[in-house]
Amino acid sequence: MGERILIQGNEAVCLGAIAAGCLTFFGYPITPQNEITEWFARELIQREGVFIQPHSESGSINMLYGGAATGMRVMTSTSSPGWALMQETMSHMANAELPCVIVLVQRGGPGQGTTQHAQTDYLSATRGGGQGGYKCIILAPASVPENCDLVQMAFYLADKYRNPVVVLTDAIIGQMAEPVEIKPIDFGLLPPKDWAIGGKGYRPDHQRRVIGCTQGQVPTGEYTNYLSLMRALDAKNRQMETEVRFETYMMDDAEVVVVAYGHVARVSKEAVNYARQEGIKVGLFRPITVWPFPYQALRATAESCAVFLAVEDSLGQMVDDVRLGVEGRAPVHFLGMLDRHDPTGAGMLLPGRVLEEIRKLSAEVKV
Amino acid sequence: MSRQDVEDRTWVSGTPRLWVRHPAGCRQCPGCHHPIIERLIADVVGDLGVEDDTVFITGVGCSTRAFAVMDFDGISTAHGRAPDVGTAIKRTLHGRPVVITIQGDGDCIAIGAGSLLAAVGRAERITVFMANNGNFGTTGGQMAPTTLTGQVTTTTPGGRDNSTGFPMHVPELLATLKGCAYSARGSVHTAANYQRTKKLMKTAVQKQIDDTGFSFVEILSACPPDWRLTPVESLKWIEEHMIPEFPLGEFKNIESIQ
Ligand SMILES: Cc1ncc(C[n+]2csc(CCOP(=O)(O)OP(=O)(O)O)c2C)c(N)n1
Ligand code: SF4
Ligand SMILES: [Mg+2]
Repeated sequence: MGERILIQGNEAVCLGAIAAGCLTFFGYPITPQNEITEWFARELIQREGVFIQPHSESGSINMLYGGAATGMRVMTSTSSPGWALMQETMSHMANAELPCVIVLVQRGGPGQGTTQHAQTDYLSATRGGGQGGYKCIILAPASVPENCDLVQMAFYLADKYRNPVVVLTDAIIGQMAEPVEIKPIDFGLLPPKDWAIGGKGYRPDHQRRVIGCTQGQVPTGEYTNYLSLMRALDAKNRQMETEVRFETYMMDDAEVVVVAYGHVARVSKEAVNYARQEGIKVGLFRPITVWPFPYQALRATAESCAVFLAVEDSLGQMVDDVRLGVEGRAPVHFLGMLDRHDPTGAGMLLPGRVLEEIRKLSAEVKV
Repeated sequence: MSRQDVEDRTWVSGTPRLWVRHPAGCRQCPGCHHPIIERLIADVVGDLGVEDDTVFITGVGCSTRAFAVMDFDGISTAHGRAPDVGTAIKRTLHGRPVVITIQGDGDCIAIGAGSLLAAVGRAERITVFMANNGNFGTTGGQMAPTTLTGQVTTTTPGGRDNSTGFPMHVPELLATLKGCAYSARGSVHTAANYQRTKKLMKTAVQKQIDDTGFSFVEILSACPPDWRLTPVESLKWIEEHMIPEFPLGEFKNIESIQ
C-alpha cells in the first residue's frame, strides 16, 4: 500500500498525468479547472518539464498538436467555452493520428453559462464537436481516485490508438477532495513512436518523417487517397469501440435501473442505497466510457429489468444514448438539470430527488 | 505502396540538395513564386547544414504541400496555427530543433494573427516565412489583410477601398515587439532580389540558431491567375505596385533582447 493523501479532483488529474510520464502541459486559464493549469505551472519547473500558457485554447490545442508530434506525452485541460475552441484541431489530430489527452472539466452552458458544475458538454464530447466525423475515447471519472487512474488510462489509450482521448469531469469532481493513493498503473507494452518528428539526425535510419492533418490528400503518409484514410480511420474507430468500460451496482435483481455518469453517478448511488433500504429493487449502471457507450451491456440489462431512469445534470444528452442502448425494450425516463434543488447555478441534483423518482417508477412497475 | 516508394531523391541539377521529388509536390500554378520560396528554404537549411535538426511546418494555403518535398522532418497544421505548433515542437524538445514555418499572408496575419503575435510576444525561438501575394490564392483570390488599396479581388470586386481597411505591414509591426530579434521583407521577382532574399532568410534562421529571439521574413510572391495577369506581367506588378507599399529590407536585426 502506498501513501494515501487527501487531494482535490483537479490535483488528482495532475498527479495521474505525472504518473503516466507526462511532463508537457499547455493550458489557458478557465474556471473550474484553474487548479490544473496552476499546478503544472508550479510543478513542471521543478521536474524540468514544459509548461506554456498560450494566448487561447486554440493555442493550447495547437501546441498539443506540435508537442504530440514529437512523441512526448502531452496534455491540456479546459472547461466548456475553451473546449469549444479546441474542436477544430482535435479533428486535425484525428486526421494526423496524433495521441494526446484533453481534460474537460465541464461547467454549465450554453454561452458563458455558469462557472459551476453541469454535464452539458456530453454530446459535444461524444459526437466529436469538430468537423469531419472523427471519434475519440471519452473517459468519465466519478471520484477523485478515479480521476488519477483514468488520466493514466487516457495516456495509454491515446498512444495505443494514436488518437486524442478526453477525460470528461465536471466542477464537482474537480473541486471535491478525497483520499487517493497515487500509483503508476502498468497497462502493458505500446508500439515505439517511430513516426515522431524532431530532426532526422536523431533517429537510426536518418530518414525524414512527415506528419500531416492532410492525410489522404497529400500522399506523404500511409494513405495514398482519401478513401484509404477513411477506411483506416473506420477500422480504428471499430477497434476503439471495443474499449467499453462501465460499473454496475446492485443490478442482480433490479427492476429499476438508474443510469448516470460522473458526479451524478455518486448522487444516484446514494439514492439507490436509500431505496434498497426501503426494499425497492433498484440498481445503478454507470458508464465509465461514454464513448464508446456501453450499449450492448445496457441492452442485455433491458431484457430483464422493467424501467430505466437516466439522471444527468443537463436538459437531456446522455439519455439519448440510453434510449439507443435499450432500443425500446423498456421505458426510459429522464431526471435532469431542471430537477436541481435550487434554481441558481449552485443548485444540484440531490439524492433525495433521485430517490423520489425511483420510488415513483418502482410503484408504477408494481401496478 | 508506401511513402518511400513514391519518393525520388535523385539529385537534379539546378534543384536544392535537400529536395525530394514527390507526386504530392508543389502543384502550384505557372508563374507562382511559392515554389521559388520553398527552394530557398531548402537551400538555406542545406547551406546552414541544419537538415538533421530541422522541423519544417506548413500552414494552410498554396504552400501546404511543401512539407512533402523537403528532405527533412515536416508537418502540416491547421489554418494559421503554425506558430503554436512550432512553439510546442521547439519547447517540448527543449530547444533542440530548428523550427521553420512557411505560411501565406492570409494564414499568417488574417486567421493566424493571434498565434503569430503571441509567439513573438513570448520571443519563441522559431522562424516564420510569410509569402505575401496580396490575396487568398488557394480559395480563388479573395481579399487578404495585405491586399493593396484599389486592388481588385473576388471579395473587393470594385477594388479595395478604405471601408475594408488598409494593407498590413507585418515585418514593420513585428519589429516593434520586444520578442522579435529579426524582421525583414524580400522579393524573388528578379535574380538580384532572389539572392538578397536568400541572405535575409539565412540571417533569420541564424538568429534562431543563435537563440536570439523570434525571426521573421516576408517574401513578396506572385499569384498570376488570381491577379488575372501573366507570369511576366506579375513581375512588373510586384515592382510597380507592391514594392512602393511594401518596402524591401531589414526592419530589425538585434544581437540580443535587452
Ligand atoms: C479554418 C479554415 N478557414 C478557411 C479555410 C479555407 N482556406 C484555405 S487556404 C485559405 C487562404 C489562404 O490564403 P494565404 O494564406 O494567403 O495563402 P495563399 O494560398 O495565398 O498562398 C483559406 C481561407 C480553411 N482551410 N480553414
Ligand atoms: S493560386 Fe496563386 S498562390 Fe496558389 S499556386 Fe496558384 S499562383 Fe500560387
Ligand atoms: Mg496569400
